Amino acid sequence: MPDNQKPRLMQGNEAVAEGALAAGIGFYAGYPISPANEISSILSARLPRKGGIFLQMEDEIASIAAVIGASLGGARAATATSGPGFSLMQENIGYAVAAEIPCVVINVQRAGPSTGQPTSPSQGDVMQSRWGTHGDHPIIVLCPSSVIECYLITLRAFNLAEKYRIPVIILMDEVVGHLRERVELPPPEEVVARPKPTVPPEWYFPYDEAAGLVPPLVSFGEGYRYHVTGLYHDIAGFPTQREDEIEPWFERLFEKIEANREDIIQVDEEAMEDAEVALVAYGAPVRSARHALRLAREEGKAVGLIKLLTLWPFPEARIAKLGHQVKKIIVPEMNRGQMVLEVQRVVAGRRPVIGVNRVGGQMVSPYQILELLEA
Amino acid sequence: MASRFEVCLAGQGGQGLILAGLILAEAAVLDGKNATMTQSYGAEQRGGASHSEVIISDGDIDYPRVLKTDLLVALSQEAFDNFHHEVKKEGIILTDSHLVEKKSGDGLIALPIVETAKGAAGSGAASNMVALGLIAGLTKIVSCKALHKAIDARSPRGTQRSNRWAFKAGFDLAKTISPKAKRKA
Repeated sequence: MPDNQKPRLMQGNEAVAEGALAAGIGFYAGYPISPANEISSILSARLPRKGGIFLQMEDEIASIAAVIGASLGGARAATATSGPGFSLMQENIGYAVAAEIPCVVINVQRAGPSTGQPTSPSQGDVMQSRWGTHGDHPIIVLCPSSVIECYLITLRAFNLAEKYRIPVIILMDEVVGHLRERVELPPPEEVVARPKPTVPPEWYFPYDEAAGLVPPLVSFGEGYRYHVTGLYHDIAGFPTQREDEIEPWFERLFEKIEANREDIIQVDEEAMEDAEVALVAYGAPVRSARHALRLAREEGKAVGLIKLLTLWPFPEARIAKLGHQVKKIIVPEMNRGQMVLEVQRVVAGRRPVIGVNRVGGQMVSPYQILELLEA
Repeated sequence: MASRFEVCLAGQGGQGLILAGLILAEAAVLDGKNATMTQSYGAEQRGGASHSEVIISDGDIDYPRVLKTDLLVALSQEAFDNFHHEVKKEGIILTDSHLVEKKSGDGLIALPIVETAKGAAGSGAASNMVALGLIAGLTKIVSCKALHKAIDARSPRGTQRSNRWAFKAGFDLAKTISPKAKRKA
Protein backbone atom coordinates (compact mmCIF):
# COMPACT_ATOMS: atom_id res chain seq x y z
CA MET A 1 0.00 0.00 0.00
CA PRO A 2 1.49 3.40 -0.93
CA ASP A 3 2.34 5.57 2.08
CA ASN A 4 -0.35 8.14 1.49
CA GLN A 5 -3.09 5.49 1.42
CA LYS A 6 -2.29 4.08 4.89
CA PRO A 7 -4.72 5.00 7.64
CA ARG A 8 -3.53 8.17 9.30
CA LEU A 9 -4.63 11.24 11.12
CA MET A 10 -5.15 14.01 8.61
CA GLN A 11 -6.45 17.55 8.76
CA GLY A 12 -9.29 18.80 6.54
CA ASN A 13 -7.14 21.49 4.94
CA GLU A 14 -4.40 18.93 4.37
CA ALA A 15 -6.91 16.64 2.66
CA VAL A 16 -7.93 19.53 0.38
CA ALA A 17 -4.28 19.95 -0.62
CA GLU A 18 -3.99 16.18 -1.20
CA GLY A 19 -7.19 16.23 -3.25
CA ALA A 20 -5.92 19.12 -5.35
CA LEU A 21 -2.66 17.26 -6.03
CA ALA A 22 -4.59 14.10 -6.92
CA ALA A 23 -6.76 16.17 -9.26
CA GLY A 24 -3.65 17.30 -11.13
CA ILE A 25 -3.48 20.90 -9.92
CA GLY A 26 -0.83 22.75 -11.91
CA PHE A 27 -1.15 26.25 -10.50
CA TYR A 28 -2.00 27.77 -7.15
CA ALA A 29 -2.03 31.44 -6.21
CA GLY A 30 -3.11 32.75 -2.84
CA TYR A 31 -2.70 35.21 -0.03
CA PRO A 32 -2.31 34.08 3.60
CA ILE A 33 -5.41 34.00 5.79
CA SER A 34 -6.67 31.94 8.73
CA PRO A 35 -8.17 29.38 8.80
CA ALA A 36 -7.17 28.38 5.26
CA ASN A 37 -3.38 28.70 5.57
CA GLU A 38 -2.50 25.01 5.72
CA ILE A 39 -3.74 24.57 2.15
CA SER A 40 -1.26 27.18 0.84
CA SER A 41 1.54 26.06 3.06
CA ILE A 42 1.29 22.41 1.96
CA LEU A 43 0.92 23.27 -1.72
CA SER A 44 3.84 25.73 -1.55
CA ALA A 45 6.05 22.77 -0.64
CA ARG A 46 4.47 20.03 -2.74
CA LEU A 47 3.29 21.72 -5.94
CA PRO A 48 6.69 22.95 -7.24
CA ARG A 49 8.11 19.45 -6.67
CA LYS A 50 5.47 18.11 -9.07
CA GLY A 51 6.42 20.70 -11.67
CA GLY A 52 3.52 22.98 -10.80
CA ILE A 53 3.61 26.65 -9.91
CA PHE A 54 2.88 28.18 -6.52
CA LEU A 55 2.58 31.95 -6.25
CA GLN A 56 1.99 34.03 -3.17
CA MET A 57 0.27 37.10 -4.53
CA GLU A 58 -0.05 40.61 -3.14
CA ASP A 59 -3.71 40.10 -2.24
CA GLU A 60 -6.78 37.99 -2.98
CA ILE A 61 -7.86 40.02 -6.03
CA ALA A 62 -4.53 39.28 -7.66
CA SER A 63 -4.75 35.64 -6.53
CA ILE A 64 -8.02 34.89 -8.31
CA ALA A 65 -6.85 36.90 -11.34
CA ALA A 66 -3.69 34.80 -11.55
CA VAL A 67 -5.74 31.61 -11.21
CA ILE A 68 -8.01 32.63 -14.09
CA GLY A 69 -5.00 33.45 -16.27
CA ALA A 70 -3.31 30.16 -15.44
CA SER A 71 -6.47 28.24 -16.27
CA LEU A 72 -6.63 29.93 -19.68
CA GLY A 73 -3.03 28.82 -20.05
CA GLY A 74 -4.15 25.23 -19.58
CA ALA A 75 -3.42 24.55 -15.91
CA ARG A 76 -5.85 23.19 -13.40
CA ALA A 77 -5.81 26.16 -11.06
CA ALA A 78 -7.08 27.00 -7.59
CA THR A 79 -6.91 29.45 -4.73
CA ALA A 80 -7.93 29.20 -1.08
CA THR A 81 -9.07 31.89 1.28
CA SER A 82 -11.55 32.80 4.01
CA GLY A 83 -14.37 35.35 4.33
CA PRO A 84 -12.48 38.65 3.92
CA GLY A 85 -10.49 37.30 0.98
CA PHE A 86 -13.57 35.67 -0.52
CA SER A 87 -15.25 39.08 -0.57
CA LEU A 88 -12.30 40.52 -2.49
CA MET A 89 -12.47 37.71 -5.05
CA GLN A 90 -16.12 38.17 -5.95
CA GLU A 91 -15.68 40.44 -8.98
CA ASN A 92 -13.25 38.09 -10.68
CA ILE A 93 -15.32 35.03 -9.81
CA GLY A 94 -18.03 36.68 -11.92
CA TYR A 95 -15.47 37.22 -14.67
CA ALA A 96 -14.66 33.50 -14.67
CA VAL A 97 -18.38 32.66 -14.78
CA ALA A 98 -18.97 35.00 -17.73
CA ALA A 99 -15.83 34.07 -19.65
CA GLU A 100 -16.43 30.39 -18.73
CA ILE A 101 -12.99 29.72 -17.31
CA PRO A 102 -12.64 26.67 -15.05
CA CYS A 103 -11.16 27.28 -11.61
CA VAL A 104 -11.54 26.17 -8.01
CA VAL A 105 -12.00 28.63 -5.16
CA ILE A 106 -11.80 27.28 -1.62
CA ASN A 107 -13.39 29.31 1.17
CA VAL A 108 -12.72 28.00 4.67
CA GLN A 109 -15.38 30.04 6.42
CA ARG A 110 -14.57 31.86 9.62
CA ALA A 111 -16.86 33.98 11.73
CA GLY A 112 -17.82 37.28 10.12
CA PRO A 113 -18.84 39.85 8.93
CA SER A 114 -15.61 41.79 8.44
CA THR A 115 -12.50 40.47 10.20
CA GLY A 116 -14.79 38.60 12.60
CA GLN A 117 -13.06 35.74 14.37
CA PRO A 118 -10.14 34.48 12.29
CA THR A 119 -9.86 31.14 14.08
CA SER A 120 -13.51 30.33 14.76
CA PRO A 121 -16.02 28.59 12.51
CA SER A 122 -19.08 29.97 10.80
CA GLN A 123 -21.31 29.27 7.83
CA GLY A 124 -22.08 32.89 7.15
CA ASP A 125 -21.02 32.82 3.49
CA VAL A 126 -23.63 30.40 2.11
CA MET A 127 -25.60 33.07 0.28
CA GLN A 128 -22.42 34.93 -0.66
CA SER A 129 -21.12 31.78 -2.33
CA ARG A 130 -24.31 31.76 -4.41
CA TRP A 131 -24.79 35.48 -5.07
CA GLY A 132 -21.55 37.17 -4.03
CA THR A 133 -20.63 38.33 -7.50
CA HIS A 134 -22.95 40.74 -9.26
CA GLY A 135 -25.28 39.85 -12.09
CA ASP A 136 -27.51 36.87 -12.72
CA HIS A 137 -25.32 33.79 -12.93
CA PRO A 138 -25.04 30.07 -12.23
CA ILE A 139 -22.43 28.67 -9.87
CA ILE A 140 -21.39 25.33 -8.37
CA VAL A 141 -20.76 25.18 -4.62
CA LEU A 142 -19.67 21.99 -2.84
CA CYS A 143 -19.44 21.45 0.91
CA PRO A 144 -17.51 18.76 2.87
CA SER A 145 -18.30 17.68 6.43
CA SER A 146 -15.40 15.31 7.07
CA VAL A 147 -11.73 14.99 6.24
CA ILE A 148 -12.25 12.28 3.63
CA GLU A 149 -14.95 14.41 2.03
CA CYS A 150 -12.46 17.30 1.87
CA TYR A 151 -10.31 15.06 -0.31
CA LEU A 152 -13.10 13.65 -2.47
CA ILE A 153 -14.91 16.96 -2.95
CA THR A 154 -11.72 18.74 -3.97
CA LEU A 155 -11.07 16.07 -6.54
CA ARG A 156 -14.62 16.46 -7.77
CA ALA A 157 -14.46 20.27 -7.80
CA PHE A 158 -11.58 20.28 -10.28
CA ASN A 159 -13.38 17.82 -12.52
CA LEU A 160 -16.69 19.72 -12.45
CA ALA A 161 -14.92 23.02 -13.13
CA GLU A 162 -13.33 21.56 -16.25
CA LYS A 163 -16.43 19.70 -17.36
CA TYR A 164 -18.73 22.72 -17.12
CA ARG A 165 -16.21 25.56 -17.61
CA ILE A 166 -17.26 27.28 -14.45
CA PRO A 167 -15.71 28.33 -11.14
CA VAL A 168 -16.43 25.72 -8.48
CA ILE A 169 -16.45 26.93 -4.90
CA ILE A 170 -15.57 24.58 -2.07
CA LEU A 171 -17.37 26.05 0.91
CA MET A 172 -15.75 24.71 4.06
CA ASP A 173 -15.82 25.92 7.63
CA GLU A 174 -13.08 26.24 10.24
CA VAL A 175 -14.23 23.08 12.05
CA VAL A 176 -13.87 20.89 8.98
CA GLY A 177 -10.74 22.72 7.76
CA HIS A 178 -8.90 22.26 11.04
CA LEU A 179 -10.48 18.97 12.10
CA ARG A 180 -8.05 16.10 12.22
CA GLU A 181 -9.39 12.59 11.90
CA ARG A 182 -8.42 9.14 10.71
CA VAL A 183 -8.60 8.69 6.96
CA GLU A 184 -7.56 6.23 4.33
CA LEU A 185 -7.17 7.94 0.97
CA PRO A 186 -8.40 6.00 -2.06
CA PRO A 187 -5.95 5.24 -4.87
CA PRO A 188 -5.67 8.24 -7.19
CA GLU A 189 -7.86 8.38 -10.28
CA GLU A 190 -6.68 9.26 -13.73
CA VAL A 191 -6.91 12.98 -14.47
CA VAL A 192 -9.09 13.66 -17.49
CA ALA A 193 -7.48 16.17 -19.83
CA ARG A 194 -9.37 19.18 -21.14
CA PRO A 195 -11.17 18.19 -24.36
CA LYS A 196 -9.56 19.54 -27.54
CA PRO A 197 -11.55 21.11 -30.40
CA THR A 198 -11.98 19.00 -33.49
CA VAL A 199 -11.87 22.01 -35.80
CA PRO A 200 -8.92 23.98 -37.17
CA PRO A 201 -8.08 27.34 -35.53
CA GLU A 202 -9.96 29.44 -38.09
CA TRP A 203 -13.17 27.52 -37.33
CA TYR A 204 -12.81 27.54 -33.53
CA PHE A 205 -15.31 29.57 -31.50
CA PRO A 206 -14.98 29.21 -27.72
CA TYR A 207 -18.59 30.26 -27.03
CA ASP A 208 -20.37 28.53 -29.87
CA GLU A 209 -23.43 26.54 -28.78
CA ALA A 210 -23.15 24.52 -31.96
CA ALA A 211 -20.22 22.85 -30.18
CA GLY A 212 -22.53 21.82 -27.32
CA LEU A 213 -23.69 23.27 -24.01
CA VAL A 214 -20.05 23.38 -22.93
CA PRO A 215 -17.89 24.21 -25.96
CA PRO A 216 -14.30 23.00 -25.60
CA LEU A 217 -11.83 25.53 -24.22
CA VAL A 218 -8.47 25.67 -25.96
CA SER A 219 -5.53 26.68 -23.82
CA PHE A 220 -3.63 29.82 -24.81
CA GLY A 221 -0.50 29.09 -26.76
CA GLU A 222 -1.89 26.17 -28.72
CA GLY A 223 -2.37 28.18 -31.89
CA TYR A 224 -6.06 29.00 -31.49
CA ARG A 225 -6.75 32.74 -31.26
CA TYR A 226 -9.81 34.00 -29.46
CA HIS A 227 -10.90 36.88 -27.32
CA VAL A 228 -11.73 36.76 -23.60
CA THR A 229 -13.82 39.44 -21.94
CA GLY A 230 -16.23 40.04 -19.12
CA LEU A 231 -18.44 41.99 -21.50
CA TYR A 232 -21.35 40.20 -23.14
CA HIS A 233 -19.70 38.47 -26.05
CA ASP A 234 -20.39 36.67 -29.31
CA ILE A 235 -19.34 33.12 -30.14
CA ALA A 236 -15.79 34.28 -30.87
CA GLY A 237 -15.57 36.07 -27.52
CA PHE A 238 -15.75 39.62 -28.88
CA PRO A 239 -18.03 42.19 -27.20
CA THR A 240 -21.53 42.41 -28.58
CA GLN A 241 -24.67 44.39 -27.86
CA ARG A 242 -26.88 42.30 -30.12
CA GLU A 243 -29.71 40.73 -28.20
CA ASP A 244 -29.88 37.83 -30.65
CA GLU A 245 -26.31 36.96 -29.67
CA ILE A 246 -26.59 37.72 -25.97
CA GLU A 247 -29.77 35.75 -25.27
CA PRO A 248 -28.59 32.38 -26.57
CA TRP A 249 -25.31 32.81 -24.70
CA PHE A 250 -27.10 33.63 -21.47
CA GLU A 251 -29.46 30.71 -22.01
CA ARG A 252 -26.55 28.32 -22.54
CA LEU A 253 -24.64 29.70 -19.51
CA PHE A 254 -27.51 28.63 -17.26
CA GLU A 255 -28.59 25.58 -19.20
CA LYS A 256 -25.19 23.88 -18.99
CA ILE A 257 -25.74 23.67 -15.22
CA GLU A 258 -29.55 23.22 -15.16
CA ALA A 259 -29.50 20.36 -17.66
CA ASN A 260 -26.83 18.60 -15.63
CA ARG A 261 -28.26 18.94 -12.14
CA GLU A 262 -28.21 15.17 -11.66
CA ASP A 263 -24.52 15.00 -12.41
CA ILE A 264 -23.62 17.96 -10.23
CA ILE A 265 -25.87 17.49 -7.22
CA GLN A 266 -24.70 15.09 -4.55
CA VAL A 267 -26.86 14.37 -1.52
CA ASP A 268 -26.30 11.58 1.00
CA GLU A 269 -28.97 10.23 3.26
CA GLU A 270 -29.07 8.14 6.38
CA ALA A 271 -31.96 6.43 8.18
CA MET A 272 -34.52 8.21 6.00
CA GLU A 273 -36.61 5.10 5.15
CA ASP A 274 -38.88 5.40 8.20
CA ALA A 275 -37.96 8.91 9.33
CA GLU A 276 -40.64 11.21 10.69
CA VAL A 277 -38.19 14.03 11.31
CA ALA A 278 -35.52 14.94 8.75
CA LEU A 279 -32.35 16.78 9.69
CA VAL A 280 -31.01 18.68 6.68
CA ALA A 281 -27.38 19.65 7.20
CA TYR A 282 -24.13 20.57 5.45
CA GLY A 283 -20.57 21.11 6.70
CA ALA A 284 -19.74 20.81 10.40
CA PRO A 285 -23.40 20.72 11.54
CA VAL A 286 -23.65 17.34 9.78
CA ARG A 287 -21.49 16.04 12.63
CA SER A 288 -23.81 17.54 15.24
CA ALA A 289 -26.84 16.18 13.38
CA ARG A 290 -25.44 12.63 13.09
CA HIS A 291 -24.61 12.59 16.80
CA ALA A 292 -28.14 13.76 17.60
CA LEU A 293 -29.57 11.19 15.17
CA ARG A 294 -27.79 8.31 16.89
CA LEU A 295 -28.90 9.41 20.35
CA ALA A 296 -32.48 9.85 19.11
CA ARG A 297 -32.53 6.45 17.39
CA GLU A 298 -31.37 4.81 20.63
CA GLU A 299 -34.54 6.21 22.17
CA GLY A 300 -36.58 4.84 19.28
CA LYS A 301 -37.23 8.18 17.64
CA ALA A 302 -37.60 8.04 13.86
CA VAL A 303 -35.04 10.63 12.82
CA GLY A 304 -33.18 10.72 9.51
CA LEU A 305 -30.43 12.82 7.99
CA ILE A 306 -30.08 14.46 4.60
CA LYS A 307 -26.50 15.60 4.02
CA LEU A 308 -25.99 18.22 1.32
CA LEU A 309 -22.62 17.80 -0.41
CA THR A 310 -23.70 20.16 -3.19
CA LEU A 311 -25.18 23.43 -1.93
CA TRP A 312 -25.60 25.16 -5.29
CA PRO A 313 -27.37 24.35 -7.51
CA PHE A 314 -29.68 23.66 -4.58
CA PRO A 315 -30.85 20.02 -4.42
CA GLU A 316 -34.48 21.03 -4.95
CA ALA A 317 -35.90 17.70 -6.09
CA ARG A 318 -34.73 15.76 -3.02
CA ILE A 319 -35.71 18.47 -0.55
CA ALA A 320 -39.13 18.95 -2.16
CA LYS A 321 -39.86 15.25 -1.53
CA LEU A 322 -39.45 15.86 2.20
CA GLY A 323 -42.65 17.88 2.06
CA HIS A 324 -44.49 14.58 1.56
CA GLN A 325 -42.13 12.22 3.36
CA VAL A 326 -41.69 13.46 6.94
CA LYS A 327 -43.61 15.41 9.57
CA LYS A 328 -40.94 17.96 10.44
CA ILE A 329 -37.68 19.26 8.99
CA ILE A 330 -34.83 20.66 11.08
CA VAL A 331 -31.96 22.63 9.55
CA PRO A 332 -28.92 23.16 11.83
CA GLU A 333 -26.52 25.91 10.73
CA MET A 334 -23.64 27.93 12.14
CA ASN A 335 -25.31 31.17 11.07
CA ARG A 336 -28.60 32.95 11.72
CA GLY A 337 -30.41 30.83 9.14
CA GLN A 338 -29.40 30.89 5.47
CA MET A 339 -29.96 27.47 3.89
CA VAL A 340 -33.13 27.07 5.96
CA LEU A 341 -34.65 29.71 3.67
CA GLU A 342 -34.05 27.52 0.61
CA VAL A 343 -35.48 24.47 2.37
CA GLN A 344 -38.56 26.50 3.34
CA ARG A 345 -38.93 27.78 -0.23
CA VAL A 346 -38.86 24.28 -1.69
CA VAL A 347 -40.99 22.59 1.00
CA ALA A 348 -43.42 25.46 0.39
CA GLY A 349 -45.30 25.30 3.67
CA ARG A 350 -46.27 21.62 3.39
CA ARG A 351 -44.35 20.78 6.57
CA PRO A 352 -42.79 22.88 9.35
CA VAL A 353 -39.14 23.74 8.60
CA ILE A 354 -37.25 24.84 11.70
CA GLY A 355 -33.77 26.30 11.86
CA VAL A 356 -31.43 25.59 14.76
CA ASN A 357 -28.65 28.11 14.83
CA ARG A 358 -25.46 28.96 16.61
CA VAL A 359 -23.21 31.93 16.02
CA GLY A 360 -20.24 33.25 17.97
CA GLY A 361 -17.72 30.66 16.92
CA GLN A 362 -19.08 27.39 18.30
CA MET A 363 -20.47 24.26 16.67
CA VAL A 364 -24.19 23.57 16.87
CA SER A 365 -24.58 21.25 19.86
CA PRO A 366 -26.29 17.89 19.29
CA TYR A 367 -28.43 18.74 22.33
CA GLN A 368 -29.77 21.86 20.60
CA ILE A 369 -31.08 19.55 17.89
CA LEU A 370 -32.43 16.98 20.37
CA GLU A 371 -34.38 19.71 22.16
CA LEU A 372 -36.21 20.47 18.93
CA LEU A 373 -37.20 16.81 18.55
CA GLU A 374 -39.10 17.07 21.84
CA ALA A 375 -40.95 20.19 20.75
CA MET B 1 -23.50 4.32 20.65
CA ALA B 2 -19.80 3.48 20.63
CA SER B 3 -17.98 4.66 23.73
CA ARG B 4 -16.18 7.98 23.47
CA PHE B 5 -13.22 9.07 25.55
CA GLU B 6 -13.07 12.85 25.56
CA VAL B 7 -9.90 14.75 26.36
CA CYS B 8 -9.53 18.51 26.71
CA LEU B 9 -6.03 19.98 26.88
CA ALA B 10 -6.27 23.62 27.88
CA GLY B 11 -3.88 26.39 28.78
CA GLN B 12 -2.01 29.28 27.26
CA GLY B 13 -0.78 29.61 23.70
CA GLY B 14 2.84 28.45 23.56
CA GLN B 15 2.47 25.65 26.12
CA GLY B 16 2.23 23.12 23.31
CA LEU B 17 -1.16 21.72 24.20
CA ILE B 18 -2.39 21.75 20.61
CA LEU B 19 0.68 19.71 19.67
CA ALA B 20 0.01 17.40 22.64
CA GLY B 21 -3.54 16.87 21.36
CA LEU B 22 -2.22 16.11 17.90
CA ILE B 23 0.27 13.57 19.27
CA LEU B 24 -2.40 11.94 21.42
CA ALA B 25 -4.76 11.60 18.44
CA GLU B 26 -1.99 10.28 16.19
CA ALA B 27 -1.06 7.71 18.82
CA ALA B 28 -4.69 6.56 19.02
CA VAL B 29 -4.75 6.07 15.25
CA LEU B 30 -1.48 4.12 15.48
CA ASP B 31 -3.25 1.93 18.05
CA GLY B 32 -5.89 1.22 15.40
CA LYS B 33 -8.57 3.37 17.03
CA ASN B 34 -10.56 6.25 15.66
CA ALA B 35 -9.65 9.72 16.82
CA THR B 36 -10.53 13.30 16.08
CA MET B 37 -8.65 16.39 17.16
CA THR B 38 -9.83 19.98 17.05
CA GLN B 39 -8.19 23.13 18.26
CA SER B 40 -9.24 26.48 19.52
CA TYR B 41 -6.90 29.42 19.74
CA GLY B 42 -6.67 33.14 19.31
CA ALA B 43 -4.91 35.02 16.54
CA GLU B 44 -1.69 35.34 18.58
CA GLN B 45 1.21 32.87 18.35
CA ARG B 46 1.96 32.94 22.11
CA GLY B 47 -0.21 33.82 25.08
CA GLY B 48 -3.97 33.94 25.01
CA ALA B 49 -6.25 31.06 25.82
CA SER B 50 -5.70 27.97 23.72
CA HIS B 51 -6.97 24.44 23.89
CA SER B 52 -7.30 21.25 21.92
CA GLU B 53 -9.93 18.56 22.14
CA VAL B 54 -9.32 14.91 21.35
CA ILE B 55 -12.04 12.28 21.03
CA ILE B 56 -10.96 8.66 20.96
CA SER B 57 -13.35 5.84 20.12
CA ASP B 58 -13.46 2.31 18.71
CA GLY B 59 -16.41 3.36 16.54
CA ASP B 60 -17.31 6.34 14.35
CA ILE B 61 -16.88 9.78 15.84
CA ASP B 62 -19.53 12.20 14.66
CA TYR B 63 -19.40 15.19 16.96
CA PRO B 64 -15.71 16.07 17.22
CA ARG B 65 -15.94 18.40 20.20
CA VAL B 66 -16.05 17.58 23.89
CA LEU B 67 -19.54 17.06 25.32
CA LYS B 68 -18.65 15.61 28.74
CA THR B 69 -14.94 15.55 29.49
CA ASP B 70 -13.30 12.33 30.66
CA LEU B 71 -9.91 13.93 31.10
CA LEU B 72 -9.09 17.61 31.46
CA VAL B 73 -5.53 18.86 31.46
CA ALA B 74 -5.58 22.47 32.66
CA LEU B 75 -2.29 24.37 32.65
CA SER B 76 -3.62 27.81 33.54
CA GLN B 77 -6.09 29.20 36.03
CA GLU B 78 -8.27 30.46 33.18
CA ALA B 79 -8.29 27.01 31.58
CA PHE B 80 -9.26 25.39 34.87
CA ASP B 81 -12.00 27.95 35.50
CA ASN B 82 -13.41 27.59 31.98
CA PHE B 83 -13.41 23.84 31.62
CA HIS B 84 -13.53 22.05 35.00
CA HIS B 85 -17.32 22.16 35.17
CA GLU B 86 -17.56 20.19 31.89
CA VAL B 87 -15.76 17.20 33.39
CA LYS B 88 -17.74 14.04 34.13
CA LYS B 89 -18.30 13.16 37.76
CA GLU B 90 -15.99 10.18 37.40
CA GLY B 91 -13.53 12.09 35.18
CA ILE B 92 -9.99 13.28 35.88
CA ILE B 93 -8.83 16.89 36.18
CA LEU B 94 -5.07 17.14 35.83
CA THR B 95 -3.51 20.48 36.73
CA ASP B 96 -0.17 21.99 37.50
CA SER B 97 0.07 22.58 41.25
CA HIS B 98 1.71 26.01 40.80
CA LEU B 99 0.08 27.41 37.66
CA VAL B 100 -3.43 26.72 38.92
CA GLU B 101 -3.81 28.14 42.43
CA LYS B 102 -7.55 28.04 43.00
CA LYS B 103 -8.72 24.54 42.33
CA SER B 104 -11.08 21.98 43.78
CA GLY B 105 -13.40 19.26 42.62
CA ASP B 106 -13.83 15.52 42.22
CA GLY B 107 -11.03 13.80 40.39
CA LEU B 108 -8.58 16.65 40.86
CA ILE B 109 -4.93 15.72 40.51
CA ALA B 110 -2.48 18.58 41.02
CA LEU B 111 1.15 17.86 40.19
CA PRO B 112 4.27 19.92 39.54
CA ILE B 113 4.11 19.42 35.78
CA VAL B 114 6.24 22.40 34.76
CA GLU B 115 8.85 21.67 37.45
CA THR B 116 9.01 18.05 36.34
CA ALA B 117 9.59 19.19 32.75
CA LYS B 118 12.40 21.50 33.89
CA GLY B 119 13.98 18.70 35.88
CA ALA B 120 13.73 16.07 33.16
CA ALA B 121 14.24 18.07 29.98
CA GLY B 122 15.84 21.25 31.27
CA SER B 123 12.92 23.35 30.10
CA GLY B 124 9.33 24.04 31.03
CA ALA B 125 8.61 23.91 27.30
CA ALA B 126 8.43 20.12 27.64
CA SER B 127 5.43 20.37 30.00
CA ASN B 128 3.22 19.07 27.22
CA MET B 129 5.33 15.90 27.04
CA VAL B 130 5.08 15.45 30.82
CA ALA B 131 1.31 15.80 30.43
CA LEU B 132 1.30 13.08 27.75
CA GLY B 133 3.34 10.83 30.07
CA LEU B 134 0.80 11.43 32.82
CA ILE B 135 -2.08 10.63 30.45
CA ALA B 136 -0.37 7.36 29.49
CA GLY B 137 0.24 6.56 33.16
CA LEU B 138 -3.20 7.48 34.44
CA THR B 139 -5.34 6.00 31.68
CA LYS B 140 -5.19 3.20 29.16
CA ILE B 141 -6.62 5.18 26.25
CA VAL B 142 -3.42 4.98 24.21
CA SER B 143 -0.43 2.68 24.38
CA CYS B 144 3.02 3.92 25.39
CA LYS B 145 4.41 2.33 22.25
CA ALA B 146 2.14 4.42 20.03
CA LEU B 147 2.87 7.57 22.03
CA HIS B 148 6.62 7.02 21.74
CA LYS B 149 6.28 6.71 17.99
CA ALA B 150 4.02 9.75 17.68
CA ILE B 151 6.27 11.90 19.91
CA ASP B 152 9.38 10.94 17.93
CA ALA B 153 7.63 11.76 14.65
CA ARG B 154 6.44 15.17 15.86
CA SER B 155 9.58 16.28 17.73
CA PRO B 156 11.70 18.85 15.92
CA ARG B 157 15.30 17.75 15.35
CA GLY B 158 17.31 18.04 18.55
CA THR B 159 14.34 17.73 20.89
CA GLN B 160 13.56 14.03 20.55
CA ARG B 161 15.70 12.94 23.50
CA SER B 162 14.53 15.66 25.86
CA ASN B 163 10.92 15.02 24.86
CA ARG B 164 11.33 11.31 25.62
CA TRP B 165 12.81 12.12 29.03
CA ALA B 166 9.96 14.50 29.81
CA PHE B 167 7.40 11.90 28.71
CA LYS B 168 9.03 9.25 30.90
CA ALA B 169 9.15 11.65 33.86
CA GLY B 170 5.42 12.25 33.44
CA PHE B 171 4.75 8.53 33.17
CA ASP B 172 6.77 7.87 36.37
CA LEU B 173 5.03 10.74 38.14
CA ALA B 174 1.70 9.04 37.48
CA LYS B 175 2.89 6.07 39.55
CA THR B 176 2.92 8.29 42.63
CA ILE B 177 -0.85 8.79 42.33
CA SER B 178 -2.98 6.54 44.50
CA PRO B 179 -5.01 3.98 42.54
CA LYS B 180 -8.23 5.52 43.86
CA ALA B 181 -7.41 8.86 42.27
CA LYS B 182 -6.83 7.23 38.92
CA ARG B 183 -10.53 6.43 38.63
CA LYS B 184 -11.13 5.49 35.00
CA ALA B 185 -7.65 4.04 34.52
